[in-house]
Amino acid sequence: MTKKFTKPRSMKDAATHYCPGCGHGLIHRLICEVIDEMDARENAIAIAPVGCAVLAYDYWDFDTMEAPHGRTPAVATGVKRILPDRLVFTYQGDGDLAAIGTAEIIHAGNRGENISVVFVNNGVYGMTGGQMAPTTLLGQRTATSQFTRRADKEGFPLKILEMMAVLPGVTYLERTSVHSPGDVMNTKKAIKKAFHLQLEKKGFTMVEVISPCPTYWGLTPIEAMERIKKEVVKEYPLGVVKDGG
Amino acid sequence: MKEKYLSTGNEACGEGAIRAGCRFYGGYPITPQNELIAYMSRRMDEENRIFIQSESELAAINMVLGASAAGARAMTTSSSPGISLKQEGISYLAGCELPAVIVNVMRGGPGLGNIAPAQGDYFQATKGGGHGDYRMLVLAPASVQEMFDFTYEAFALADRYRNPVMVLTDGMLGQMMEPLEFDKGIKPSGIVDKPWAMTGAKGRKAGSVKSLFLGEGVLERHNKKLQEKYQRMSDKEVKFEAYKTEGAEIILIAYGTVSRITRACVDTLAEEGVKAGLLRPVTLWPFPCAEISRLAKKGTKFLVVEMNAGQMVEDVRLAVQDDKRVSFYGRMGGEIPSEEEIVGEVRKIRKGK
Repeated sequence: MTKKFTKPRSMKDAATHYCPGCGHGLIHRLICEVIDEMDARENAIAIAPVGCAVLAYDYWDFDTMEAPHGRTPAVATGVKRILPDRLVFTYQGDGDLAAIGTAEIIHAGNRGENISVVFVNNGVYGMTGGQMAPTTLLGQRTATSQFTRRADKEGFPLKILEMMAVLPGVTYLERTSVHSPGDVMNTKKAIKKAFHLQLEKKGFTMVEVISPCPTYWGLTPIEAMERIKKEVVKEYPLGVVKDGG
Repeated sequence: MKEKYLSTGNEACGEGAIRAGCRFYGGYPITPQNELIAYMSRRMDEENRIFIQSESELAAINMVLGASAAGARAMTTSSSPGISLKQEGISYLAGCELPAVIVNVMRGGPGLGNIAPAQGDYFQATKGGGHGDYRMLVLAPASVQEMFDFTYEAFALADRYRNPVMVLTDGMLGQMMEPLEFDKGIKPSGIVDKPWAMTGAKGRKAGSVKSLFLGEGVLERHNKKLQEKYQRMSDKEVKFEAYKTEGAEIILIAYGTVSRITRACVDTLAEEGVKAGLLRPVTLWPFPCAEISRLAKKGTKFLVVEMNAGQMVEDVRLAVQDDKRVSFYGRMGGEIPSEEEIVGEVRKIRKGK
């Protein structure tokens, strides 16, 4: 009998703390598969965010460190400038990256830091109890938008990739999702491309992954996947936003 | 052989970092430390090291966090309002047990204050300006030479204890010029192995640098370990300078810029036949409590002089344990106490006895 499917070498043998139907576990695994395929486990340094993925070092079997909330790209900048030949990437949620860390992500991109960013957008603050994020859709009810997000009071969903696209220092931007097997494979492909571009010293790369949060969307895991397909990707269209690689 | 220069304090501080092997500098413009970031912009490049003018103080301290985690000697510098922003990163450095050097060229506060020299950040530096139970070594230079020496030494101390170290100085020391000399070709000292650094898990288990400990009791154990380290620092690293303190009837206590003025006061008072001395804390944390307690046992009076509303004086009172014998004189808002003012205070205290 041949083994067709196994845990990636880069993944620790641990049960995650993520809720049923959460996208983080899946995206963690995709990163590990890519790192295994690139034989980069001993060369990788990940910067974990503050948010649901803060415990990533419990699941990844390569060097991983934490950063204060939103400062993840600044920490990655320090690591990468000292160790330019390592594969350095940040893993950030939408609260970390699109709210408190907006300055850090824009300026890391603008400096053309040769790092990669995996930006997991599930439209809410998961770790703290499902509060509104800059990425929350209009009409979406959250713990801190009890009467739903209204444009005249809470502003509009923030499209980070489209903002980053105008920066000359940014090399590659792609938005993917994990709501179907095909999208999962696309996500893996995009992460792999970003990592390869980094190792070729091509500059700043970022993959935004639309990910489900059934718990704070108030949906079942299957309904959450359907919501991405029907609603979320209309606001956040999938595909390559910039490809200067 | 010595190298000799005429230097500003800010530039001496920068050169001290260069000679200590600082490989990463992240900074953001703020007066009165701008000569320092400009100097590093040139010198780090000349030495083929990393200089980044960051988008904010927050980014600068967190770049230092990353560079330090990657095993490099790293530094950031700023002045009071900027140091407030860096407190987040300093707390993380302490929690993650990462070495780093932070220089605060203090100015007047609170708020935007002004750009004149002050000592209003003593509490922030010595009592933990960021969140959580942590300590950092705080060195207080009083000359351009010490701006170099203490910054150079700070890197070795940071590595020895895996802890942030602050050089606490002010706009006067930062911007004035004095002779500076050091050994020609001086090499970094106190270089240690950093097996904990994030360098890629080649030939070893995957590592992590973190300050998050969620398991029951784990964070308390981590804190106890940190406290034991702070105790070791406290036992071994106290430094002070004593000038005519033995047999003195009144001892002035001051650090940094003010200690230079109080030294002159001691000499002036000696001419009047007053036996005065100066105790200058070189480390503000750990504080020279034992020495002050020892001197206090002789019945001596103390006058603490600061460029603030009275901050270090609280530590002196704790050491003396007799508030009636501890007086304070301070100026705020970037004003510097004059020799006449301080000598006048001493005369007043003597009349009161």
